[in-house]
Amino acid sequence: MRSEPRPISIAVAALGGQGGGVLADWLVAVAELHGWIVQATSVPGVAQRTGTTVYYVEVCAPPRDPQHRPVLALMPVPGDVDLVVAAELMEAGRAVVRGFITPDRTTTVASTHRIYGITEKSAMADGIVDANAVYAALQSRSKRLISFDMQVLADEQGSVISSILFGAIAASGVLPFPRALYEQAITQSGVAVKTNLAGFAAGFEQALQRSPMTSLVPPGSGPTTDLGRKIDARISATFPAHLHGLLQQGVKRLIDYQDGDYATLYLDRVREIPDSGSYALTAAVARHLALWMSYEDTIRVADLKTRGTRFNRVRDEVRAQSEQIVYTSEFMHPRFEEACDTLPAGLGARLQASSTARRWFAPLFRKGRQVRTTHVGGFLLLYAVSGLRRWRRGTLRYRVEQERIGAWLAHIKSLATRPGGYDAAVELAECQRLVKGYGDTHARGLKNYGVIIDAVQRMSDRADLAAIVKRLRTAALADEEGRQLLMTLDELKVAA
Amino acid sequence: MAERSFTHEVGKLRLGAGEEFRGEGILAVTKALLQSGVGYVGGYQGAPISHLMDVLSDAQGLLQELGIHFEASASEAAAAAMLAASVNYPIRGAVTWKSTVGTNVASDALANVASGGVTGGSLVIIGEDYGEGSSIMQERSHAFAMKSQMWLLDPRPNLESIAAMVERGFELSEASNTPVMLELRIRACHVYGSFIAHDNRPPPFTLQDALDSPTRDVNRIVLPPASFLHEQEKINRRWPAAVEYIARHRLNEFLGGAAGEVGIILQGGLYNTLIRALELLGLADSTGDTELPLYVLNVTYPLIDAEVIEFCRGKKAVLIVEEGQPEYLEQNLHTILRKADIATRVIGKDVLPKAGEYTGDVLQRGVRAFMRAYAPEQLDRATPLLPPPPAEAPKEVQALAPLLPIRPAGFCTGCPERPIFTAMKLLQRELGQVHISCDIGCHLFSILPPFNLGNTTMGYGLGAAGAAAFNAPRNKRAIAVMGDGGFWHNGLTSGVGNAVFNQSDSVLVVVDNGYSAATGGQDILSSRADNRSKSTKHPIAEAVKGVGVKWLRVIDRTYDVGRMRDVLREAMTTPEKGPKVVLAASECMLNRQRRERPAFNKAVAAGERRVRERFGVDADTCTGDHSCIRLSGCPSLTIKPNPDPLRQDPIAHVENSCVGCGVCGEVAHAAVLCPSFYRAEIVFNPSGWDRLLQRLRASVIGFFQRRAERRRLRHAF
Repeated sequence: MRSEPRPISIAVAALGGQGGGVLADWLVAVAELHGWIVQATSVPGVAQRTGTTVYYVEVCAPPRDPQHRPVLALMPVPGDVDLVVAAELMEAGRAVVRGFITPDRTTTVASTHRIYGITEKSAMADGIVDANAVYAALQSRSKRLISFDMQVLADEQGSVISSILFGAIAASGVLPFPRALYEQAITQSGVAVKTNLAGFAAGFEQALQRSPMTSLVPPGSGPTTDLGRKIDARISATFPAHLHGLLQQGVKRLIDYQDGDYATLYLDRVREIPDSGSYALTAAVARHLALWMSYEDTIRVADLKTRGTRFNRVRDEVRAQSEQIVYTSEFMHPRFEEACDTLPAGLGARLQASSTARRWFAPLFRKGRQVRTTHVGGFLLLYAVSGLRRWRRGTLRYRVEQERIGAWLAHIKSLATRPGGYDAAVELAECQRLVKGYGDTHARGLKNYGVIIDAVQRMSDRADLAAIVKRLRTAALADEEGRQLLMTLDELKVAA
Repeated sequence: MAERSFTHEVGKLRLGAGEEFRGEGILAVTKALLQSGVGYVGGYQGAPISHLMDVLSDAQGLLQELGIHFEASASEAAAAAMLAASVNYPIRGAVTWKSTVGTNVASDALANVASGGVTGGSLVIIGEDYGEGSSIMQERSHAFAMKSQMWLLDPRPNLESIAAMVERGFELSEASNTPVMLELRIRACHVYGSFIAHDNRPPPFTLQDALDSPTRDVNRIVLPPASFLHEQEKINRRWPAAVEYIARHRLNEFLGGAAGEVGIILQGGLYNTLIRALELLGLADSTGDTELPLYVLNVTYPLIDAEVIEFCRGKKAVLIVEEGQPEYLEQNLHTILRKADIATRVIGKDVLPKAGEYTGDVLQRGVRAFMRAYAPEQLDRATPLLPPPPAEAPKEVQALAPLLPIRPAGFCTGCPERPIFTAMKLLQRELGQVHISCDIGCHLFSILPPFNLGNTTMGYGLGAAGAAAFNAPRNKRAIAVMGDGGFWHNGLTSGVGNAVFNQSDSVLVVVDNGYSAATGGQDILSSRADNRSKSTKHPIAEAVKGVGVKWLRVIDRTYDVGRMRDVLREAMTTPEKGPKVVLAASECMLNRQRRERPAFNKAVAAGERRVRERFGVDADTCTGDHSCIRLSGCPSLTIKPNPDPLRQDPIAHVENSCVGCGVCGEVAHAAVLCPSFYRAEIVFNPSGWDRLLQRLRASVIGFFQRRAERRRLRHAF
């Protein structure tokens, strides 16, 4: 056996559409420009359609004896990978799990941004995977870790993530090729050369800085009006300091939603929550009461949809250039119920109960509507609806929601004052989370919430009530059909 | 038009003697076919061999110059039957497909051509879709070679070996009058490498020559008594001829050292992976130089008894590295050695896994176990490059595995098939769960999250046939799904015709996206695009009516979720008897964007007025329930952390990759979801009239917005 040079092995993990193939092509090109031997392969196929693909590249110095060319492998071997490139954080994590990243060998170049998996996206509440666990594993398993949000950088440069990754690979120094050859590889490929070169340079610079992940701590801003200062003074005088931020957000939201009196009602309600020294219950109620009190009725939706700030946000979101015009159409499907909700309570309730009225007006609500908020007619329609705000307290929906809120708070209070019921009260406060959305979604959430309230009343003497409520809440968020919730209820009955 | 244009690759097919070909493995095969004087090529597209088809499809000019006939066959059976041209005439022919699925379809024709035998060299190039990246059942094509007695080549996975084996394959076929299969694994098909080209050769005997003076030999036709003669020929004449050719031309390679008590016999295709494993164990260097004797089977069927005996004689044990199951080679080795009364132990799936892909890691462990048992001193002398892998992964790695989100294949952004399944899901809310028989194609992604629709898939074009048994008295019908690709492959007869004839009462949804989309967007009979070399625009609706379907509904815009649901409901509930066919036709978005996006950008760059549509979600009104995602699964419809400090659940979010297909809005309407979706029309290069209108609108709207904003600021916190 001779001692010929060993190849350098590179695994590129990317999702379909992220340009992993382009990156592999560039790597092949830069190696060939340097006069090295290169082999690349992949297993695309259906994985290209939103799945993950690993591209595998080996580069090798030309052999001293041309008769003895290296035998290059077609797939990475755990423990034998010099460079892992991941175009998304979880894919870097997957490379760790597959054993491609090992502390003695592997330099990892990974973007820390997330592309959420379908199970994370379709969860009924928060299904996002803990990125910190993945990041920690990456740090402990990599010989060297170069990571930052490359998607943001790509967007800033008007480029694609593969060019940023290519820049970071060049800067990592794992491959013995000069920077100019990388740029030549991009240039000779002839596709989007200008933006790709800009992306490459940005990735190169950023990788040299090896920036850590940024953490976010948004500071709150104080009151801006006399009304605000008055209410803020009350918050400061009445509540412990660590609740101030939360309560400020609450009153800010409710003034925006209705008016100062409504915010005062909110503080009155929070004030009535009996609490022990931990204030866990007050915090939970402060958060969820603000959300419940700002329930999304037609008035609220119309208000939010017509704001000038919202128009600007849409322009930003669709990345409109200043000279371009943006028109928006809102997809709305008001039902007979929403119409009744917005009417004065007495009339609304009578209509809602009347099957004749329902039949009569049914054709009006059969179809969804598109409202063009950027056109005068559509805008004025919604603007007028948003103007109903001053009569909101008279609407059917207001009456119904205030009753629900009152009952919820009463349950919480009665639980909290019961011996050992405090934790269960916190869990019950969290159950507001189930009641969200619109139309069928809202109805389903409300139904699940009702099921849990019933269960709480039935099992109020159970010592593990807090755990039960939490279990039921999680079950209610497991599937749309309520199967998990029913199963959990059955299990609890059997256990009891 | 296929998904990609292969003009650049076509250029590589023209390289002459001494020039270096650089590219993918499957393109090296394509080039080698032209160098071998092939007369005709056929096949059916499918990963990993699609590129062979796509490149030849784009290489019409070159093929005409050389006098080669290329056909995008209707199915693998149709492709295999093409080899009939090599039965009577000295014309070389090659056919290709994805295996084992394609070989399953082709096996009727293959068995016939293998029985009668061939005059001209006949090569069957199969992409062995096994292991990581595979989309089919895990089986071996080896069994087909054995049952029909065709020879199976499995070359070392470098372009030089692969290209050489194409030419050798034709010669072997001619020497033994037997069709030859050339097996390439997925990675070998896609491997980038190089080889030195030869000149292309026009076929010495052309198809025209054959037509001008046809010959026939009744003994080549599979009918008694010739069929009995064929079996005798296979054993007494063709097999020995093949063995003689393979041995004489040294198609199998004896590499590594000559001496030693142990050796390794391996499938050629696993050579590179094995060498890497040996290198990591310190038993070889990076060029593959090793003291261990290696017997590389570039021909895995038939085995050459004399070579096996020569290799094994005097060895204590040999390791057979054979991927997949059953372990045909291992069994065969035992038979050969037992009959020759050689005591060499044959070790295979005792130290290697019985099933699954043989990765570098797997081979490393297997070889180590083999060496530890039969040549421990040799193993101990070696200096491994890696420490032995730990029995189990470190804790932080183990903890990570269950966290990582799965990434199942799904519909592309804007895919016209998505709304079909959204509609089905909405319909299930009314009718309850329905039995759904699926097919092969992109639409099979419906079985995965977030749709979770579908019970079985029985093969390409067999969606309707898969529901045939459910033609029983009931109040709920079964739904079958079939793509346009599967429809023309065989579904028209096995599915639609079958349902008409048997008076089936079931519902069939034919997804017509205009292409064989899952295999790379190739044109098919019903494609709506012009195609220079193929005849397209033959509507599926006509064919369906032609075989006797009375109840047919055509939806030419699948994005209309409400209509889609209503038509499905009608199909499920109509009292009318007989098959109910819903033809859901909208163009594949991937292909549409490939065509339209460059045109859009060009027009915008030229200053023309263009409107781009896309969707968005209002962060203010979204409450984070994600019903919309559960009914869609669009890659551009994702989530992001809630910007609201009080809300905890992530909100839905539409990325800029949105193509504005409209499904989000339709779903919001049809499922009565929420008012958060908006459609934005972005006017590029607005005209003077646009700007005037916009100024007028903005002045009115702005007046009210400023008024509201002033009030809000006065009464803010």
